[in-house]
Amino acid sequence: MELICPAGTPASLEAAVEAGADAIYCGFRDETNARNFPGLNFSREELRKGIAFAHRHGVKVLVAINTFARAGSFELWQAAVDDAAAAGADALILADLATLDYASRRHPDQRLHVSVQAGAANPDAIRFYVEAFGARRVVLPRVLNVMEIATIVRESDCETEVFVFGGLCVMEEGRCSLSSYATGKSPNMNGVCSPASDVAYTERDGRISSTLGGFTINSFGKNELAGYPTLCKGRFATPKGSGYIFEEPVSLDAAVMLPALRDAGVTALKIEGRQRGRAYIAEVVRSFRDILSGLDKGQTASSAGLAAMAEGQTGTVGAYRKSWR
Amino acid sequence: MRDPETTELQGLPPRLPQWLARAVAPLPLAPLQPALALMLARISRAYPELYDRLGEHAEKRFGIDPTDLPFAFVLEPKPGRPVVRAVRELPEGLDASIRGPLAGLIGMAEGTFDGDALFFSRVLWVEGDVAAALALRNAIDDARIDFDNILLGGFAPLATRLSDALRKRVRSLPALPGGRAWN
Ligand code: SF4
Repeated sequence: MELICPAGTPASLEAAVEAGADAIYCGFRDETNARNFPGLNFSREELRKGIAFAHRHGVKVLVAINTFARAGSFELWQAAVDDAAAAGADALILADLATLDYASRRHPDQRLHVSVQAGAANPDAIRFYVEAFGARRVVLPRVLNVMEIATIVRESDCETEVFVFGGLCVMEEGRCSLSSYATGKSPNMNGVCSPASDVAYTERDGRISSTLGGFTINSFGKNELAGYPTLCKGRFATPKGSGYIFEEPVSLDAAVMLPALRDAGVTALKIEGRQRGRAYIAEVVRSFRDILSGLDKGQTASSAGLAAMAEGQTGTVGAYRKSWR
Repeated sequence: MRDPETTELQGLPPRLPQWLARAVAPLPLAPLQPALALMLARISRAYPELYDRLGEHAEKRFGIDPTDLPFAFVLEPKPGRPVVRAVRELPEGLDASIRGPLAGLIGMAEGTFDGDALFFSRVLWVEGDVAAALALRNAIDDARIDFDNILLGGFAPLATRLSDALRKRVRSLPALPGGRAWN
């Protein structure tokens, strides 16, 4: 199985290559990619240099242009597709139908992957992307269990990529309006859930409160572990009590599921975290490279041992073992 | 909906001992000033790409507060005329402040610690303009600043030996409660 690793900066790209990535995914410094954070991402020149560096080390670069094009500004997404192809990207990761259509017509030889943002979660949806745009790989949403993934692999004429570590988006990807409601900016169109410009932290009597777009979404006591300031990880007051109702601060760690994912026929394993520092990239990539080498020798890991890197310092196998739908 | 298979561990930077904070507290800050200014001038000359990543945030005023030391820094990265000042307490009206133990702040700047991981474990905290603080963090992380060279300029081999000795000293300090030793 290929190991697909995140890079939000050229330094992280190099760290991922050195730590043993098979491929790196990254994006441009604008709203065409779903990690549009301040100080993050690649200029055109940085992407060209990053791809050259990765190729010298036998590593592929996949360019995420995975937000949904805004009406009236499609040329931004077209330029991203053209520039990534010209820079020598090994694949483009796309979600928007119009962007997929443009890329498949304009660059017929360019390898296209369907982003997790597209939310393609069944064989029929995947068949559509393959037949209409020649998609070669689909990144599956983090809502499927291993049996469902095995069925999709069996019934699809397309490679599959699944997340194995990092932040979780508990909604079916590409279909969450929580952050849009609070901030007026859509994760799927502006490229960032809970934009930093709308987040604030205030301290009162030793407790830290986080607000998003003016809504208080969480409050942490002195030694309580924290998570990202997303609404899905907020604490809510309900008639039955207060607490986390969607998701606790927790990160995906599917290291224990790797044998099952391999047996299900998955092609590639993806690590989330383009917004993270190079310390995270180096440590997480190295850990999964070791686990994969162990897997080849018949060894299995019970966890990636990376809880220090996780939200709430806690790992979960997420939907991979869920029995409900 | 916590998963039964969850795992829990920590990896936290050490906090400087209180005796050290007490020992340096009476010292005047003025002598620090020229060294800080020189260091910042060297960084901004050697790593101009920092400013591309900082973008509009380069004109903002940042507070850097090592919570285990009795002083803090005010940083204005402004291209071509960067300013840094040591202060007893961070003033009002800063755009963003980053607070945490010195080892955490240095480790993050050096790329040995991940800023988000320190945030999750409540070691590091940000106040004010979170976007500006993130841009600064990401710009520094990408720049891979060679602090050994910046600190002691031409005396690089000596600098490396000195900073290795310093790092060893810091690593031998006790970690924060519940955490393991640095690295
Ligand atoms: S609020 Fe949560 S579920 Fe919604 S997009 Fe953000 S991370 Fe995903």
